[in-house]
Amino acid sequence: MSGELILQLLFTGITVGCIYGLVAIGFNIIYNATGIINFAQGEFVMLGGMCAVWLHGDVGLPMFVTFPAAVLIVTGVGILLERLIIRPVKNPNVLSMIIITIGASIFIKGAVMIIGGKQTFPLPHFSSEEPIRIGGAAILPQDLWVLGITAAIVVGLGLFFERTLTGKAIRACAFNRRAASLVGINVSWMVLLSFALSAAVGAAAGVAVTPITLISYDRGTMLALKGFSAAVLGGLGNSTGAVVAGFVIGILESLSAGSPLSHYKDAVALVVLMGVLFVRPSGLFGGAEAGRLKKF
Amino acid sequence: MGKLNGLAILILIAILAILPKLLTNPYHISLMIFVGIYCLITLGLSLLMGYAGQISLGHAAFYGIGAYATGILTTKWGLPVELAMVLAVLIAAGLALIVGIPALRLRGHYLGMATLAFGVIVYVFFEAAVDFTGGPTGLAGIPFLKVGRFQFDSDLKFYYGVWVLVVLVLILALNIVHSRIGRALRSIHSAETATSAMGVDASKYKIQVFVLSACTASLAGGLYAHYMMYISPTSFGFRFSITLVTMVAMGGMSNLWGAMAGTCLLTILPETSSVFEDYFLLIYGGILIVIMMFVPQGFLVGLGQLIQRLYTGSKRQKRVTVG
Repeated sequence: MSGELILQLLFTGITVGCIYGLVAIGFNIIYNATGIINFAQGEFVMLGGMCAVWLHGDVGLPMFVTFPAAVLIVTGVGILLERLIIRPVKNPNVLSMIIITIGASIFIKGAVMIIGGKQTFPLPHFSSEEPIRIGGAAILPQDLWVLGITAAIVVGLGLFFERTLTGKAIRACAFNRRAASLVGINVSWMVLLSFALSAAVGAAAGVAVTPITLISYDRGTMLALKGFSAAVLGGLGNSTGAVVAGFVIGILESLSAGSPLSHYKDAVALVVLMGVLFVRPSGLFGGAEAGRLKKF
Repeated sequence: MGKLNGLAILILIAILAILPKLLTNPYHISLMIFVGIYCLITLGLSLLMGYAGQISLGHAAFYGIGAYATGILTTKWGLPVELAMVLAVLIAAGLALIVGIPALRLRGHYLGMATLAFGVIVYVFFEAAVDFTGGPTGLAGIPFLKVGRFQFDSDLKFYYGVWVLVVLVLILALNIVHSRIGRALRSIHSAETATSAMGVDASKYKIQVFVLSACTASLAGGLYAHYMMYISPTSFGFRFSITLVTMVAMGGMSNLWGAMAGTCLLTILPETSSVFEDYFLLIYGGILIVIMMFVPQGFLVGLGQLIQRLYTGSKRQKRVTVG
């Protein structure tokens, strides 16, 4: 491989890695507040992309309205998911939560397929499509958008969880639910908020990446798997770790796509996942106990 | 195993023995062969989900490994069918150990994600390793099933062959449930820490059940390959994994008979209408959600409760009109 090609693959990897990182953060938000791994996480990304296509293409809204509108709609779906399906389960345990979120994931996918169709949909780039040349490799302005949006979300969430009372309350639920409710935190409200936030993050990732990768109803499962790989590699529950791990997986995947093993590109993230579970289940940045402590 | 289960098995055997006489349409025999093949998988999966409290979202992969391993070993390497099927089961068991040991040492959702990932990796391999698996066009020319000199060359012979295996696996599974392993698994289910404190090695039992479930799935895959004599990757994807989980969940997870009933229902129903094909995702997703929210003990129990409620409901109404 030439240096230019490697640089190009690196850039592509970083863009894709941003998305995996954001999906991983979505997993972490819900996991931290509830101990649930939401198998429908990938569907939030797919829904974000599909909503944007609908709002921009069919309704005709300009992009700067489409973006927040799509995020809002998907946030609503996240809230409905928690209220209608997750909360009413009488004896929540790991198994029933996995089955019910995977059921929700398939259901959402099926509904989108029937409403929107099976085609792959495009979305125009946010700004110019003229590539910027750096050292012989090309970067699309949309790549920079993805990078910028990821950075904004990471910083924004960091401030929210560290500086605001609500953010601190969600973290308190993560540490000890019972104690949190004893000091007057409304735990069920925080759980709802975590689903809403997680859906919003996923949707933002979906809208941002659709101009580059296009979108179809069946994208969610793969995104969820790769995002989960990033979440585990970064240490489940650790958001900085999630983004770094997202980059690592995105770059590895992109490099393998440029190699003779390109047929196996989709398996890269999953091999990483299995490897991490084997060698260091707490992930690169997680404490040794992280993998065992949570009940779910 | 219990007297009730023994009686139920005798009744099952009686029904299975006379069923071919009642089914005049040869297509229905073929359908019952598929029910049997799927039952082999769901019995193992029911042990895993209902008793070990773990889930596999990639069981289609073990089914596919069984089918491809025996397919490749017989067509390309010229091994005899019996040997190829045994090797296929051993390969699946080995892979299950590799996936299961790291994932099951951890608590909770890790096996779910690891098996989901494993399913995708295996599927990618089936499609991409063209020299080996024939790629998307599939693998053809797989020989008939035969044991020694006996060839399973008609649907009726195959039907009896498959269902004998199903009954054997069912007896094995019922025995496991009522053995030391079954008791250990049930107590892990209700209180893992306490069980571990009693000296029960929880993860060892979970791994054993996971490997067993991979073995029965692989066996089913081998039977499928030798029945169809042609295999292609699409039969072994995520969709089939979900179908299997839905079959088990629908029957009530910790109920082997329920798992078989769920398998029967979800194999036969889709044959009656194309709605199941067109709205697969919506229907199966919906079933999973509804079952888990309202009747986690399975549709048979749910049906019983419904009938009971209707019955007492109508009685109460009568009383009101009388009063």
